[in-house]
Amino acid sequence: MKMRHPLAHARGLGSAKSGTSHWWGQRVTALLLIPLVIWMLYVIIVYAGQPFQVIQTFFGHTINSILAILLILSMLRHAQLGMQVVIEDYVHSQPLETILQLLVKLFAFAGAVTGVLAVIRLALQ
Amino acid sequence: MAELSLPENSKISKGQHYPAPESAARIKTVKVYRWDPDTGENPRVDSFDIDLDNCGPMVLDAIIKIKNEIDQSLTFRRSCREGICGSCAMNINGTNTLACTSAIRDISGDIKIYPLPHLSVVKDLVPDMAHFYAQYASIKPWLRTQSPTPADKERLQSVAARKHLDGLYECILCACCSTSCPSYWWNGDRYLGPAVLLQAYRWIIDSRDEDAGTRLDELEDPFKLYRCHTIMNCTNTCPKHLNPAKAIAEIKKLLLTRRGV
Repeated sequence: MKMRHPLAHARGLGSAKSGTSHWWGQRVTALLLIPLVIWMLYVIIVYAGQPFQVIQTFFGHTINSILAILLILSMLRHAQLGMQVVIEDYVHSQPLETILQLLVKLFAFAGAVTGVLAVIRLALQ
Repeated sequence: MAELSLPENSKISKGQHYPAPESAARIKTVKVYRWDPDTGENPRVDSFDIDLDNCGPMVLDAIIKIKNEIDQSLTFRRSCREGICGSCAMNINGTNTLACTSAIRDISGDIKIYPLPHLSVVKDLVPDMAHFYAQYASIKPWLRTQSPTPADKERLQSVAARKHLDGLYECILCACCSTSCPSYWWNGDRYLGPAVLLQAYRWIIDSRDEDAGTRLDELEDPFKLYRCHTIMNCTNTCPKHLNPAKAIAEIKKLLLTRRGV
């Protein structure tokens, strides 16, 4: 027997008053990634197989290390925002969802720290 | 997790076959989803062979003919039979549409009729619309104002401002769009769905309404609004040829406008 009015269920817990930043962030990072990924593909094609010294010199240029860090940060941010939506869409068990969301955020954050550190070490060596 | 396979008690079995009379020259087979809550049996698909020379032109005419002449227990909603009430929304050959405005001659092969997807079925082609209507009520779909009502006249609207409602006011809330949306299937308990969001936008941009801010506040939510992933099934399926996906995009743009990029 359903004793609760459908309107009570539909109104639920109300509005979270958020979501716009998430939605906009996903679009902005997507746009940013278009030139950055093309640039990275170009770098990989040109520098693949080159000795370490050459790669190091390349990333020693300030502009190249900045582009590499921008790519790492926007890619991981974009991936985290996208995975968050996928998990919200399909994982309906509350404890599992919380664990997965936190793991994805941790993975993205750790990946960003690792990537940025790697570029800095390469650039400053 | 989202359920991708049908639960045991929703598996559909083959139903009865009703042949057309011997005299029939032009025969069309209509396969109809049947489920009766009182029998405890699984749903089935009955097939009815219809004599087209003795039937109206629309799919709704065929269903009414079946109910009148073959099986009186067939249950469905219908009222206006001219595409303005939205009662006869159902899934016809894989597309949500109105049975009354779908011509039989536009369908090649058998006609397959199911209730609107992913709603609880009450009986046969009748889905439970209670939650859908409650979601509509939750956006308070009426003129909300702060200024006092003009004493001697109605609230006026310019011709130009009235034009903004074109493509929105025509919505008949048949739920074809919402029930075609995968996001509404997986998260319909919280996602408002294209029909209700189009209606919300209809009030947000009404020049006479004075509560757009509160309306946007109530929509700004990862589930109520942002479950829309621009899949566009809503716009594809709308039997009134409206564009709910665009209305949702406009709401998102307004939310961005008021907070800045």
